[in-house]
Amino acid sequence: MSATRLQTAPDMSGQVRFDSDGARLSVQGRLTIDSFEHLDRDVIAQQASRAEVVDIAQLSHMDTAGAWFLLDLAGRTSAGAASVITGASDAQTLLIEAVRTNLPPKAAGAKPAVRLVDHFETLGRRVALAGSHALEMLSFLGQVIAAMARVIRHPRALRLTSVVHHCQQVGLQAVPIVALMAFLIGVVLAFQGSAQLRQFGAEVFVVDLIAISILRELGILLTAIIVAGRSGSAFTAAIGSMKMREEIDAMRTLGLDPVAILVVPRVLALVLMLPALGLIANVSGLFGGALMSWIELDVSPAVFQARLVSNTDVWHFNVGMIKAPVFALIIGIIGCYQGMKVGGDAESLGRQTSASVVMAIFMVIVADALFSIFFAIVGV
Amino acid sequence: MPSDPNIDPIIRVRGLVTRFGTTVVHDGLDLDVKRGEIIGVVGGSGTGKSVLLRSIVGLLKPAEGQIEVFGQNVRDTDADDYRALRRRWGVMFQDGALFSSLSVRQNVEAPMREQLDLDDDLRALLAGIKVRMVGLPNKAQDNYPSELSGGMRKRAGFARAIALDPEIVFLDEPTAGLDPIGAAAFDTLIKQLQLSLGLTVFLVTHDLDSLHAICDRIAVLADKKVLAVGTMQEMLALDHPWVHEYFHGPRARAATPVAKPKETE
Ligand SMILES: Nc1ncnc2c1ncn2[C@@H]1O[C@H](COP(=O)(O)OP(=O)(O)OP(=O)(O)O)[C@@H](O)[C@H]1O
Ligand SMILES: [Mg+2]
Repeated sequence: MSATRLQTAPDMSGQVRFDSDGARLSVQGRLTIDSFEHLDRDVIAQQASRAEVVDIAQLSHMDTAGAWFLLDLAGRTSAGAASVITGASDAQTLLIEAVRTNLPPKAAGAKPAVRLVDHFETLGRRVALAGSHALEMLSFLGQVIAAMARVIRHPRALRLTSVVHHCQQVGLQAVPIVALMAFLIGVVLAFQGSAQLRQFGAEVFVVDLIAISILRELGILLTAIIVAGRSGSAFTAAIGSMKMREEIDAMRTLGLDPVAILVVPRVLALVLMLPALGLIANVSGLFGGALMSWIELDVSPAVFQARLVSNTDVWHFNVGMIKAPVFALIIGIIGCYQGMKVGGDAESLGRQTSASVVMAIFMVIVADALFSIFFAIVGV
Repeated sequence: MPSDPNIDPIIRVRGLVTRFGTTVVHDGLDLDVKRGEIIGVVGGSGTGKSVLLRSIVGLLKPAEGQIEVFGQNVRDTDADDYRALRRRWGVMFQDGALFSSLSVRQNVEAPMREQLDLDDDLRALLAGIKVRMVGLPNKAQDNYPSELSGGMRKRAGFARAIALDPEIVFLDEPTAGLDPIGAAAFDTLIKQLQLSLGLTVFLVTHDLDSLHAICDRIAVLADKKVLAVGTMQEMLALDHPWVHEYFHGPRARAATPVAKPKETE
């Protein structure tokens, strides 16, 4: 059989060539990982199975991938051993030997197929995991409350600078966005409400609509949602990246309590600031509503104010303010807890941050629903 | 394989000046690295060894000076040339810099995936060979970086650096934090790759054993410059306080392979 030329690509810079004359498979040129892209490895393997010797005396350059390929070919020859490779230089022998000792262990074993039972098992594990997470979070809440109690007994243990810093971060800096959001909500409520109420000639009730919905529900709920997105995620990211770089572990070994140092100031700042933000949202929402009522319905600010004072029970406002610290606690605890759950990789930081926001918002809404039931029962 | 009889240095640094704000790290630094050699770069902590490495591979823009690798200026290349250049070197950073969301094998596969069009099985197989070559157990392939020890992460970083059998590898303290047996095996591996692949190695290290065992030449960084370049013998003979302290200190004596009577302290 005459020499078969397998390499169809142009022979530039000594690209690899395999020539087979029955018992001898000779290789020349450069056998590197790049050459694999245009080699027909199956055909060469076939030729190797007929060969007895793999001659690489003409091989000018070879890398680890090339060495592996030669070993693979040698394994297919009738002798089936690396010894059929002849003509290797010292360096090439070294490399082939290095690759040969590091070949993958035989019979790595295919992965067993996934069965229906496995899916049930996964589901079961997930449920158990969710349960244990809920427990963990409860215990985390306990730790935070214990740390707070300690702070109350020893006020000097409080990291005041840290609390003030976080108050600025979560409170002061959130004022513009919260105020704007509430203002727009007030405008929208007045606009939509007036369109409906006008049909009954009951325009003036728009004041009650705005006041009750903003003071009782929307002001604080939407503020909590914004704060969860803004600060809850920031808590998770900050604590999470500290966790990733082993800073939390370092604190523990130095006898510093990460809960007292990192979590308490953040949660405390939120508990202090969320009611304040809620108040701002209420004022700004009412202002937006009043403005729109004036423009749309000719309800003058004086009338708006008079109706607001006479018709709206102060308890609507109180209900909103009672909820605020609870929402703050939920957001703070979830944000910090998720931060503590971050593992060693960047991926988990992202995962926990988004989990933190979703979970905080969801739990805030659940809590809001529970509050509604509670207040309905006690009748305020 | 006989190394390329190319007299031109494979890395050529001329008049390099690096600054961070007002801090001058390098001031008129010159360095030549020859093809096929293992050059050890030593210097005190903070003398700018890592910064030099980052400048050579084009990650840092020098304030002044020329850096050529394979005769090409690393900063003045267009994207395609730089890509081709990058293909010819591998870098292992001081702290491994593994991609934390990928397993060890996927980390090693990453440069292959980026640069070559191989089928999945072959790529996994070649990556597996590299992982075992650097001395990691086979089952470590599927571990994520956060599940590895510091030394294992170094090895995985090295496996990724040599994934494409580059012509130059830049290693930033590869043996720091390895046990002495592992460090010696690492040295052997680097030497073996140099011999079998004609690899040029830019090795930042404080490990005197590595310097003795595998480095062809040593470059000493001090006073914002390369103070001296030469073989171990030349370094031992050099008369500079820091260099003398470095190569003749108590640790250096312990590492010197020449049998010396043990000192009792
Ligand atoms: N991004 C940066 N910004 C500012 N200064 C930097 C930056 N990177 C490095 N430096 C400074 O440059 C100097 C050299 O740093 P480099 O990391 O190169 O030291 P090194 O020689 O590698 O030390 P080591 O042996 O400890 O690794 C240090 O003084 C460091 O503070
Ligand atoms: Mg360094």
